[in-house]
Amino acid sequence: MSGRNPDPIRLVGLTLGYDRHPAVHHLDGAVRAGDLLALVGPNGAGKSTLLKGMAGEIRCLDGRIERAGAIAYMPQVDEIDRSFPLTVMDLAGMGLWRQAGAWRSLVRRRPAVEAALAAVGLEGFAARPIGTLSGGQFRRALFARLILQDCPVVLLDEPFTGIDARTVEDLLTLIRTWHDEGRTIVAALHDLAQVRAHFPSTLLLAREPVAWGPTARVLTAENLARARNLSEAWDEGAAICTGPREHPAVAHDHGAAAHHHHEDAA
Amino acid sequence: MTDPFGSFLAPFVEFGFMRRALAGCLALSVSAPPIGVFLTLRRMSLMSDAMSHAILPGAAVGFLVAGLSLPAMTLGGLVAGLAVALLAGAVTRATTIREDANLAAFYLISLAAGVLLVSLRGSQIDLMHFLFGSVLALDDSALWLLGGISTLTLLALAVIYRPLVMECVDPLFLRSVSRSGGPVHLAFLALVVVNLVGGFQALGTLLAVGLMLLPAVAARFWARDLAGLIPVSMLIAAIASVSGLSLSYQYDLPSGPAIVLAAGALYVASMMVGPRGGLLRRLVRPRHLEA
Repeated sequence: MSGRNPDPIRLVGLTLGYDRHPAVHHLDGAVRAGDLLALVGPNGAGKSTLLKGMAGEIRCLDGRIERAGAIAYMPQVDEIDRSFPLTVMDLAGMGLWRQAGAWRSLVRRRPAVEAALAAVGLEGFAARPIGTLSGGQFRRALFARLILQDCPVVLLDEPFTGIDARTVEDLLTLIRTWHDEGRTIVAALHDLAQVRAHFPSTLLLAREPVAWGPTARVLTAENLARARNLSEAWDEGAAICTGPREHPAVAHDHGAAAHHHHEDAA
Repeated sequence: MTDPFGSFLAPFVEFGFMRRALAGCLALSVSAPPIGVFLTLRRMSLMSDAMSHAILPGAAVGFLVAGLSLPAMTLGGLVAGLAVALLAGAVTRATTIREDANLAAFYLISLAAGVLLVSLRGSQIDLMHFLFGSVLALDDSALWLLGGISTLTLLALAVIYRPLVMECVDPLFLRSVSRSGGPVHLAFLALVVVNLVGGFQALGTLLAVGLMLLPAVAARFWARDLAGLIPVSMLIAAIASVSGLSLSYQYDLPSGPAIVLAAGALYVASMMVGPRGGLLRRLVRPRHLEA
């Protein structure tokens, strides 16, 4: 398996954080090609930080992230100015940047944008200003942009926060389609039932990786209790970490049964 | 002259200096308002005001070196304005301090230096020239400058239009797909400076901002999207230029303030009767639709 598809994202002795305080501490592992991975953990566990790191938004404090190929990233809190006079069509059309760049015409690509809007249930919304969309509709429009980006790897940071059940269902179907197309998806989520139902593998994070593997084996009562207990305190006087600066490359075992490391890391 | 429209346009027919003033102002009317549209949409309206002050020391240095010379003062203004804009932009991207704070810091330093330089040498009259411009005394080189700035602005806007819009709407997304965000932002700041320097020729530093922002804000009451905002703002600026110049001639008013006040009057009128959020529209609300 690993011979054909190199891992799209590999984390090597990764420490991410702010002001030298780690939010993700000494994380090793790889996101396999075609994986549908849920990122679970309490608030402050470092889920968003890890996704930002994978997307290349922040620099590593230690270790490194190896990326192969283009990555589409949907942040938890976007910086989108919704009062800007832009249509839904134009917002979704931004996803075509890699094909169209700054100058090539989008006129011929209009059907593709319309198809993407239809795929997220926004037919007939193309000419609407983005400021008039509801929260759920806006989220759908952002998913349309992700469709048009057409990236092999998609990172989603709490994509369903504040969204009604029907929209969540539609978007999960879309994610399932992406998974069937062989794309790699990593999503930070809080709804454990949702994770159990839709995500074959899970990384349970509490600054330290608690467990990483098949969802059923990660989301055990014991693991979840351990994640809750791991301190999320910001200690101003924290000592300088003396742990290994960079973990030696972990031997990869991509067997079907145990395809992940940190099954029981601490 | 009984025909009011004829008397309105008569000064332009009769006098060459009025035609020159009109040409200069119209050139500025097609380049400055689109910049103003983007500034207002980015909530950076007051940034142009700060920048107009930042130009002062450069122009003052040019004045000290070469006297009342257009090329020297223009070059000085460009250098000072670009330096402040680029420094503020660069510091913003390198630190966590927001752009408005950085810009405020740099423009205050620049303005103080400018006032100091002007007061070291030069009289009150020179200062008035700085502040209120000399639209009725535009020579060939000034017209070439205004025309060149206008052309450059429209071409540059066409080139950076798409990434500029993306940078305004969703800077995070642009950063994730392209490295053009930084250069585009700096290019836009440079366009702001270039247009303020152009406006400073015609209207003076204090009022250069007027022709940039007032038409742009007024256009918000008429148009819904960029495709409408930009032409409407240009049209409003052109009307303000023609009527401001004409009124300044007929009533012997200083021309720079007359143009900006004309733009201000158009803004107030737009605020009253504009179809998009105008006051009148709010008073007589049409019945809402069924769905």
